[in-house]
Order: sequence, then structure tokens, then C-alpha cells
Amino acid sequence: MGAVQGLRCRECAREYPAEPLHVCEFCFAPLEVVYDYDEIARTISRERIESGPRSIWRYADLLPGGEKRVDLGAGLTPLVPAPRLGAALGLRDLWIKNDTSNPTHSFKDRVVSVALTMAREFGFGVVACASTGNLANAVAAHAAVAGLEAYIFIPADLERGKIVATAIYGPKLVAVRGTYDDVNRLCSEIAGRFDWAFVNVNIRPYYAEGSKTLAFEVVEQMGWRVPDHVIVPVASGSLLTKIRRGLDELARVGLIEGHSTRVSGAQATGCSPVATAFKAGLEHVRPVKPDTIAKSLAIGNPADGYYAIKTVRQTGGAVEDVTDEEIVEGIELLARTEGIFAETAGGVVIATLRKLATLGVVRPDERAVAFVTGDGLKTVEAVAGRAVPAFEIPPRLEEFEARLTDRETTA
Amino acid sequence: MSVRIRIPTPLRSVTGGVADVSAEGRSVREVIESLELAYPGIRDRLCEESGELRRFVNVFVGEEDVRFLEGLDTPIEDGAQVSIIPAVAGGAG
Repeated sequence: MGAVQGLRCRECAREYPAEPLHVCEFCFAPLEVVYDYDEIARTISRERIESGPRSIWRYADLLPGGEKRVDLGAGLTPLVPAPRLGAALGLRDLWIKNDTSNPTHSFKDRVVSVALTMAREFGFGVVACASTGNLANAVAAHAAVAGLEAYIFIPADLERGKIVATAIYGPKLVAVRGTYDDVNRLCSEIAGRFDWAFVNVNIRPYYAEGSKTLAFEVVEQMGWRVPDHVIVPVASGSLLTKIRRGLDELARVGLIEGHSTRVSGAQATGCSPVATAFKAGLEHVRPVKPDTIAKSLAIGNPADGYYAIKTVRQTGGAVEDVTDEEIVEGIELLARTEGIFAETAGGVVIATLRKLATLGVVRPDERAVAFVTGDGLKTVEAVAGRAVPAFEIPPRLEEFEARLTDRETTA
Repeated sequence: MSVRIRIPTPLRSVTGGVADVSAEGRSVREVIESLELAYPGIRDRLCEESGELRRFVNVFVGEEDVRFLEGLDTPIEDGAQVSIIPAVAGGAG
């Protein structure tokens, strides 16, 4: 972590050494990693990145950690043009960043790869997290390959697939009777008592840096050009702010000339504290009790909500929210136009994109990138009732022909 | 009313390293005033100059965030448990 200078409070700018700290001791605001960009700019280049590892670590110059890398191959996921979805939404230059193809099938592999690398560098033997599933999967898998003990806390009502896809890696999986916010609160208190690396508590400033790699990749994959508009799912608000920070950093170290990318956020109506505050013209986010099928976005008290709103306003984007019904339609639309099966958070993004396109916020000629951050197989419950066989027959040709409509028989 | 208050790690520099403290008060506001007498400087860490709770500070009475109750005016029952918890970001998805 040669270019990391330390941590800095995002509110009062107090400086701290690069240690396992997550909030400013004075004002409780989050801490952020500080780099020596002039130093980085001297060595970084497009060629150096392009010849690097086929994972997020090709951007190691702009990440913390590196010596004790925990790398399952997160990152370098496909950025694909989405002409059929674009046509359905009236958008002429739409792209999907398909992060379902990460090792544990969500973007959380990016942040966890960085977090566990730092946990090892700090000398922790135990890693832990609070999660609604994707993070749990990622921490369990990366802890397994790193040989670290893991404690993972989840809400007890989590989707079965996410429980199985965590427990299989052998962590100590603790089901907590409560919402994600309850689990998170419990973990804050556990983190105060045990000397563990909680990836989203005391390792959080480093963990969150992993999200920048989504921005780095989009720009590299577009041939070092920047998108006009990005549409990002919002839970804590961290991913959205880090995508902007990633674009800013590419400009700061001279890899791109600059950018005027608009950043928009997507939430589920059943947990939309950030969208509500944005639409009301407020800075402060009022916590809510989540009630949505998009459990991976169900943070009622988003700690980075304030920064997410600021980013969206500064860049001329918007934050919108969509109902559970619209989320399911979004999942179907993406699957049926582009062949990508997203989890509920992806449905939130696609349905919000549709709404923003209708409202004219995302303009038809903009090069827009929608971030699909998790795989649909993680949340099959959300669509299981609708994604069913067309009909069921005995294994006889005449039974099949009898069930076909006239149009289908003559086609 | 005597109240037990759980102090998070970043605040323990003010309480001399103590994680659980006691204070008096019939509301969250009064409890914070009482804490300030015992641990001078703690109020500035929890509240803005306007007196409101800082954006990144969460106060729970029992299991409930006071932002869902009556904020600083939330009443305190005798023997209640108050927890002060920094906001935590990231992690759901």
C-alpha cells in the first residue's frame, strides 16, 4: 500500500494513520483512504493496467493493500451493449455492467477482496460481517481461500440460496432474528468487544475502496472513454459515491482527461430513504423500516445516503424508486431482452432506468451504463411464481402437438 | 431515572475507556446533559452546535432508534438501556 497516506474524516478532515478505524473519533463521520496521487500519477499508465492481473488487482495502484492479496478473481466482468433493452426503453447507447459473473456472483467480491487483503495485512485472524446475503457469500468464500476464520451475521429470514451459498464455505454463520439494520447494530456492538476484522465496520474505509474498480473497468472496457450517465443501485449509498470517486481518480492521475458523468441512483419503494430525501430536496436522510423483496438493498438507515444525494445533485443525476411489482418486471425485461438474469437489486436498477428514461432524466442519446450487481439465482423466490413451464405433457408427440396453438403449428 | 448507556469504541476516550456508564434523566436530552457533567466534552461529540444529534450518531433506547421515536425528547423509563452507535455503511447487498 505504497501510495496510501492514511485515513481522513469526510466531514471534519481530521487525519488518522492507516489502521483498522472506521469513524472519526470526534464527529463519528466515515473515514476515507487518502492517497498520494502525484506519486501514483508518476508510475500509472493505461499499458501498465492492461498488462496487469485479470482481476480488480490490475488497479492495485489505486487500491489499499497488495502484499497479502486475497484474490479469487473478482472483477473484469463483462460490459455488454444492450441494444434490445435500449430499444424497449428508447435509449440508443445503453450498456450493462454485468457483475453477476464474479466468483460468488455479486459485486461484493470486489470489496471483500480488498477488505480481506487488508485484514491479513493488519494481522487479524478472524474476519466478520453483517450481511443480507451477497456480502456473506463473498466473505465466506474469500475467508476460505485465505484460511481465515469467519463469523457471518445474517437476518434469519434470508433467501435460502444465500444461506446455502454462505454456509457451504464453512464459516460460523449466525442467523439473527431481526432486520438487516438490527443485525448491523448488533455487529457494531460485537465489533467493540472482539478484536475481529469486521469488513463493514472497522475495515470499512478499505472495503469501500473496492467499489471504485467498477468505474475503472467501465472506462477501460470502453477504450478509456467515460460514460455519460451511470445508473447505480443504492443501499448504503457507498457504491454510488465510490463509482464517482473512481472516475474522479482516473482524471486525477491522468488516465482520462476528465469527466462529466451523471450519476443516478435506484431504490426499491419499500426501502427508499435516499430517493425520498432526494425528491423532497433534502440533504438529510430519514431512516425507514424496510419492506421490499429487494433485500440486498434493504438498508433503512443508509450511512452514506447523505453523500449519495450530494453526488447525484453535483452530477445532475436523480434518485428514483420502484415498486416490488416493477422490480419483478425489471428482472424479466433484462432477462428477455439481454439474456442476463439479475437478482432483485438488478430489477431495481432496470425498472428505475425505465422510469428515468420515461421522465427524460436519462436521455435517448446518452451513453448510459446500468450496473447489474448480483445474480438472479440468488433470489429465485422473487420470480419463481412467474417463471414457470408453458405447459406440462406426457412424453408423446401428439400431446405436444395438441398443446400448440395454430400459429405455432404453422410457424 | 437511572439509565445505563453503552458507549461505542470511538467515544471511550472521553469515558476513560469505560464501555458501560450510568446517567440520570427523563429524556435522551437530559441523559446527554447528565453525561456531559460526568464526562465533559461528550455532548460536543454527540450533538451539533444547534443541539441536534450529529448526522452519523445513532442513539437507541432499548431496541429502537430515537429517530423513529421523539428524537432527543424521547422519554426514558427507569432502568432503560441506551446505546450510542456510529452509523455503519456498506454491507447489505
